[in-house]
Amino acid sequence: MFKKKSLILSLAFLLVLTLSVNAGAFWIFGDDDGQEKEKLTVGFAVSTQNNPFFVDMKKGAEKRAEEMGVELMVADAQNDAAKQLNSIQDLLVKQIDVLVINPVNGDAIAPAVKSANDQGVPVITVDRSASDGKVVTHIASDNVKGGEMAAEYMAKQLGEEGKVVELAGIPGTSAARDRGEGFNNGIEQYDEISVIARQPAGFDRAKGMTVMENILQAHQEIDAVFAHNDSMALGAVEALKSAGRLDSTLVVGFDAIDDALTAIKDGEMNATIAQQPSLMGEMAIEKAQTIANDKDLKDYYPAKLKLITKDNVQ
Amino acid sequence: MSQQSQEQPQAGVGATLLEKIKSATQFKTGLGLLGIIVVLSLSSEYFLTVTNLFNIVTQTSINALLAFGMTFVILSGGIDLSVGSVMAVASAVTAGLLTSGMNMVIAIIGGLIAGTGLGLFNGLVISRLAMPAFIVTLAMKSIARGLTLIYTDGRPISGFNDAFQFLGGGKVGPIPVPVIILVIVLTICYIVLKKTPFGRYVYAIGGSEEAAELSGIKTKVIKTTVFAISGFMASLSGIVLASRLNSAQPTAGTGYELDAIAAVVLGGTSLTGGRGGITGTLIGALIMGVINNGLNLLNVSSFYQLVAKGTVILLAIYLDRRSKQAA
Repeated sequence: MFKKKSLILSLAFLLVLTLSVNAGAFWIFGDDDGQEKEKLTVGFAVSTQNNPFFVDMKKGAEKRAEEMGVELMVADAQNDAAKQLNSIQDLLVKQIDVLVINPVNGDAIAPAVKSANDQGVPVITVDRSASDGKVVTHIASDNVKGGEMAAEYMAKQLGEEGKVVELAGIPGTSAARDRGEGFNNGIEQYDEISVIARQPAGFDRAKGMTVMENILQAHQEIDAVFAHNDSMALGAVEALKSAGRLDSTLVVGFDAIDDALTAIKDGEMNATIAQQPSLMGEMAIEKAQTIANDKDLKDYYPAKLKLITKDNVQ
Repeated sequence: MSQQSQEQPQAGVGATLLEKIKSATQFKTGLGLLGIIVVLSLSSEYFLTVTNLFNIVTQTSINALLAFGMTFVILSGGIDLSVGSVMAVASAVTAGLLTSGMNMVIAIIGGLIAGTGLGLFNGLVISRLAMPAFIVTLAMKSIARGLTLIYTDGRPISGFNDAFQFLGGGKVGPIPVPVIILVIVLTICYIVLKKTPFGRYVYAIGGSEEAAELSGIKTKVIKTTVFAISGFMASLSGIVLASRLNSAQPTAGTGYELDAIAAVVLGGTSLTGGRGGITGTLIGALIMGVINNGLNLLNVSSFYQLVAKGTVILLAIYLDRRSKQAA
């Protein structure tokens, strides 16, 4: 039995060897020299395609790649960090010029970034950043700008005067910090607008409702609410509804989740700030081209956000 | 007795060596693997390169380790659906111990004990309480995942020292460490299954538990051990994975039990037990690894990859069935 197995093994080995020699000769004498290599090849490791946000990101990248004549290879990690590492290795084997990563997890992606570094392939991260390894540039939504946009919209709707409430996200998270900072910077431009209450509500719909109920008890006059995400904004809508004060209050959220879009269509919410994943994908391809052209890049490029109101909601 | 049927079901007295080889299940799956390799070599110029071949084996090692443990279980007539979750427990425990400043060897042993313990628990419940393996390990799949999330508080544990990272990411000469681990474990499993009484008992129980019991084999002990082995292998796999990623993910290994079962079955081991072997499982795992890698190289969308993987499994089982009927 042992003999049989070793025979099979040696046969298999022989076959593989023959193949590799043949194949090697084919590559050396094959006619694929030159011209094809001129085209920039970009590998794009996306975290998942099971979420519309990342589907849009991939589509944006594909669209821009086609316009710019860039060859794009996409690998989908299906939200599995191990799978992402494997597929990035596979992309690196194909001698890509630039690697764009939308990490499943910032820590677990570090070994993949390092192996790209080892092979001299420049790395761009999108949406989530990598905790270690050398990354040329990072592309993500500009949450500060989004907060400012919310403030600006509010001021315009309120005629630059009024009393507003801010429902904050989980303290310490970058989203809560940046969105809050942008919003307060924006509101400070208007002397007649004051933030009369600022309470954390944990990015949570139920908490958003309770916190808003309490604030409504304490303040008889409220003109607008800005919440750091749509879940809290929708919670506030419920509280305002049962207090009968929804019609007189402007509600602005953040993220453009489906429920919020419906609420905007129904006139319950007034606006939300949407991230633009498709734009992030496009920017990644543009920056990859910049790298290929040997031009310098900044560490970080903010992707613009979009104000969604009843006028442009889909 | 069943030792006879596992490898050469129809090898008669006068059969030539060639016929014997042809009749081996491993030979057929091996041919399948070679076929896929030939096709991929012709379709992608990047496939048959040294780097890529090492990539494939490294990528396969995680699933192969799980599948080796699963082979023991399936040979004995059982099934283990908990391996994906057990590997997450082991990687989380090892990562937790490491980041709390524990010595690397102790951290690894801690992870191995945690995972092997869960496997042992599976085995004890199945053999002593006579509960079906499918249900017990399905329950453990949920329990172990929950334990991982509780232990990690739902967050990845990351940032290990270089020595630990060497386990999954290092190289000895040109050979990645996971490949070396794979070869060592394969050799041990092969010897245990083919050259020890324990291995023969595993086959015997899978062939007919009643007959094994009657012939004096301590079936309960063997069955318990088999699940402990599966837990141990899952832990090892989880620890290598954590090292590769430099991070223990609480959701690591989700759905991996199906890939492991597929590798075992692709390798010609019968799901009803008693027939098959560890080399077949290695080939089965390699087939899955090669397909994943090849489709990535060919830039095939991941949606199609899932369909392709399922189709290959169906095809392999169909061919296996047909050849058995013909024999």
